[in-house]
Amino acid sequence: MKYIDEFRDGDIARKIAERLAEEVDPDKNYSFMEFCGGHTHAISRYGVAELLPPNVRMVHGPGCPVCVLPIGRIDLAIQLALERNVIVCTYGDTMRVPASNGLSLVKAKARGGDIRMVYSGSDALTIARQNPEREVVFFAIGFETTTPPTALIIRDAQREGLANFTVLCCHVLTPSAITHILESPEVRQYGTVPIDGFIGPAHVSIVIGSGPYEHFSEEYRKPVVIAGFEPLDVMQAVLMLVRQVNEGRCEVENEFSRAVDRDGNLSAQALVSEVFELRTSFEWRGLGEVPYSALKIRPAFAQFDAERRFELAYRPVADNKACECGAILRGVKKPTDCKIFGTVCTPENPVGSCMVSSEGACAAHYSYGRFRDIAIVAEAS
Amino acid sequence: MVKKNYIRPLDLKNGRIDMGHGAGGRAAAQLIEELFVAAFDNPYLRQGDDSASFALPVGARMVMATDGHVVSPLFFPGGDIGCLSVHGTLNDVAMSGAQPLYLAASFILEEGFPLAELKRIVNSMAAAAREAGVPVITGDTKVVERGKGDGVFISTTGVGVVAPGVDISGINARPGDVVLLSGTIGDHGVAIMSKRESLEFETTIQSDTAALHTLVAAMLQAAPGGVRVLRDPTRGGLATTLNEIAGQSGVGMVLEEASIPVLPQVDAACELLGLDPLYVANEGKLIAICSPESADALLLAMRAHPLGAQAVRIGTVTEDPHHFVQMNTRFGGRRVVDWLSGEQLPRIC
Repeated sequence: MKYIDEFRDGDIARKIAERLAEEVDPDKNYSFMEFCGGHTHAISRYGVAELLPPNVRMVHGPGCPVCVLPIGRIDLAIQLALERNVIVCTYGDTMRVPASNGLSLVKAKARGGDIRMVYSGSDALTIARQNPEREVVFFAIGFETTTPPTALIIRDAQREGLANFTVLCCHVLTPSAITHILESPEVRQYGTVPIDGFIGPAHVSIVIGSGPYEHFSEEYRKPVVIAGFEPLDVMQAVLMLVRQVNEGRCEVENEFSRAVDRDGNLSAQALVSEVFELRTSFEWRGLGEVPYSALKIRPAFAQFDAERRFELAYRPVADNKACECGAILRGVKKPTDCKIFGTVCTPENPVGSCMVSSEGACAAHYSYGRFRDIAIVAEAS
Repeated sequence: MVKKNYIRPLDLKNGRIDMGHGAGGRAAAQLIEELFVAAFDNPYLRQGDDSASFALPVGARMVMATDGHVVSPLFFPGGDIGCLSVHGTLNDVAMSGAQPLYLAASFILEEGFPLAELKRIVNSMAAAAREAGVPVITGDTKVVERGKGDGVFISTTGVGVVAPGVDISGINARPGDVVLLSGTIGDHGVAIMSKRESLEFETTIQSDTAALHTLVAAMLQAAPGGVRVLRDPTRGGLATTLNEIAGQSGVGMVLEEASIPVLPQVDAACELLGLDPLYVANEGKLIAICSPESADALLLAMRAHPLGAQAVRIGTVTEDPHHFVQMNTRFGGRRVVDWLSGEQLPRIC
């Protein structure tokens, strides 16, 4: 496949791996956080970790949109479907995220909720047009990548005067999450999460540009390399990070220059700020309340805001006690540090959100990498 | 003037299924006579009994398989629920190494379903059965109220006989065995997806739906005793099927990603939809696990058959107490190829 295969070339991967092996300082340990679930997925699916030197460790970040959705938000969507007879439309992975009372959207669907999986928000708009007698809610999740399309459908709905369509907005912001991690005591005070640099988001950066990350390299002295979601992108980004660390540099570099520039997509940004404004605070699974980390619909578009239309009251719900998703999302723990990983919590019966999407740290490790754990377990016993 | 003994035939152009067609009265008899018996035409059906009786070779080992078909949409590029319901069951019978002999079919029709579409489906089914040389010898029709079905559901059951000495089962894989695949993966699932409401995209991909029993017969002839496991990787795709076999046989497997054939169109569609072709359904492909000595002969025989022209060796069976199916990626890493979790796409067959 043109423009894809080039970035999955095994020969080039081996060459980068050789260069990495030559350039890493054997006396040093390197820990890099890949912020995005897209990178986590690529690392696991293509076996990238195997090609990295043993002293380079990848720490999975919180950038998996369904993983950071708190239970309370899913509960709202389920409530709409089961109690308000609303058609709830959402992206595929959101369907399986565990919520309160042993429910998820998939299970709520089996109990009679009209919940539909869509590939794009505009499909939800189509469903609203086709069902004028029903209320249709698009359960909108995701980082800056999925925000502009949601803004677009809200604007379209307003132009059309669509009266039965609203959006339950759960869009979150990448830079505030990174700041939150860097400000966390584990990183700042205790050093329990060593982070020597970040692999910066691919698709998010297409929208917001590389500019917003400059703050992290300057303020927190952490190198950032923005990278595409193909495995060679990741390998190259790791090499660039190793070089920055070795040379004592803390810069924002752009490996994904085929798609990302400094300013990003200005018309998408304009559209987003036309429709959305900042929430003063938003609950993330794993990170808790993060100030100014999410968006809500501006008053000018209030009639398309499901929270207002249905007078929804958000109620935070604590995660399952045994679940370590919170610590895993902050990089404090690895999936295998969780007692219920692979036993009680599996992709078929996820307890925590990290086990749901293949971009989640636990699901990625379970589905692609768990054969590596066996030897370790056997040695320990 | 109306002719004597004239009965107005079914309106196969504009008519629709109504509750009467399932009530067991004249309307039901007429539907069976004019549509089903006419299409499947054979002496067993013409006899008009509620069952069919047939003789078997003395001492023969019989194989029986049944399969329900609920695919949506009913018509898709490269096939429809009719031929699919024949191929699906024939393949299940054939994967035990058997020669399929007879089929039974049961239809659940939804009130209001157009007779013209039903005729198209039944004709496609009859053509598939004829081509395979396996007649549909008994059947049943039920009608459910509008909104209680989705047009038509078809269950088929097949019986066949296994030649003496043939022992093929998912429990037979042994470390050192070779894993063969008869052709490209993911064609059926992607063809279905391309016609799904809300997903529709333009593609040239056709479902691979086909009856595999003649390919199986050619393989058994080429390497008698060499074939240990046969399985058609339908729902859950290649990945799930290999995991099933690994579990049944208590072994592991290592695959080579670079050797697994995927059509560029299928690859592209999967990339776009965020799917992995390893988990996308097939309806005309088989996996064979065979002894290392017989692999070359089998590959030759498979490639000589039109349904196995692109047959390849994709991996080996290993000793592994954890029954992992692993894969050396094209990229140079290694990963687990796990069971499908959740549903990638519902109602594909």
